[in-house]
Amino acid sequence: MTIAEVAEALSLSVRAAQDKLETEVTGGYASDLLSCVMAKAQQGNVWVTLQSHVNIVAVAALLQLSGVIVTEGMLPDATTLEKAEAEGIPILTTGSTTFTVVTQLAQLGIKGAEKE
Amino acid sequence: MIPPLIVKRALELALGIIAITDHNSAENVAAVVEAAKGSELTVLPGMEVQTREEVHLLCLFGSVQQALDWQEFVYTHLPPLKNNESLFGPQFVVDASGDLVRYNERLLLTSTSLSIEDVTREIERRGALCIAAHVDRPAFSLLANLGFVPEDVPFSAMEITRHTSWQELREQHPSLSGFSFIRSGDAHRLAEMSDSTILTLREPTLAEIAMALRRQNGRKAKIVDNRHHT
Repeated sequence: MTIAEVAEALSLSVRAAQDKLETEVTGGYASDLLSCVMAKAQQGNVWVTLQSHVNIVAVAALLQLSGVIVTEGMLPDATTLEKAEAEGIPILTTGSTTFTVVTQLAQLGIKGAEKE
Repeated sequence: MIPPLIVKRALELALGIIAITDHNSAENVAAVVEAAKGSELTVLPGMEVQTREEVHLLCLFGSVQQALDWQEFVYTHLPPLKNNESLFGPQFVVDASGDLVRYNERLLLTSTSLSIEDVTREIERRGALCIAAHVDRPAFSLLANLGFVPEDVPFSAMEITRHTSWQELREQHPSLSGFSFIRSGDAHRLAEMSDSTILTLREPTLAEIAMALRRQNGRKAKIVDNRHHT
């Protein structure tokens, strides 16, 4: 399943990197602590968080995540979206809570990133 | 933000004390202390630690050696990852004139495995000071990440940014009561250096600052607004 299909299924707004939506989603990770994401999320994962500040892009780029779903109506500012465009990281937004988004992703068959 | 320019700007602002509080590291502290030698400026060795809760805490020390000992402790609690310069920027270690000595290759832009309690207790044990950083900020702050100031934690003071007043903040957050407030620039650029906090001290030392933050023996800490400077 690609990030484009996830965005469609969950009715997410695509805020950055419209041209990078064909990436295959390898799994999912949910946390609002960036250091946890850096330690646990895996390449191609979709990251679900309510954090919307510019640092989320660096973390997503570092791990080559397939995209970031920013929840609870949080809207990344222009600087963050510009950086996401530059790094090729899709930023998707929704008014739903993280919990709801994760349940929806699970229904699509996306599994959690569990490190061995 | 090289040491001689930091000192120059501090003197322009008529600052008596600045603290160097780099993120999870103190490798540049000695250089700034040296650059200020012979001037009226006191440079306090410090560090801004990122706890496991992703809360920033300012640690202030009485000596460069104390700061470096603390750095050893912090380094053992950082993940063994290398910095990614293209994403997080290069991490310079410079000398007193601002020349590059080496790059710090350790990934510093992440959390330590130390909790808020771990940091504050260990800092207290070492006779240093711990101030909760920029508590009004919407990220990486005590109020944003925990929502309140945890009880029985030995903070010396609360730091706020220029975007709020301590009176306003304390009204919204009762757990702030009892603490002294300071405002600093959290300057990542020279233009961000702040002259908002006035400390009444007998001399510019850590021990005196500790008394000021506890409002003891006539020592005081006060935030002033609307300071005018060029």
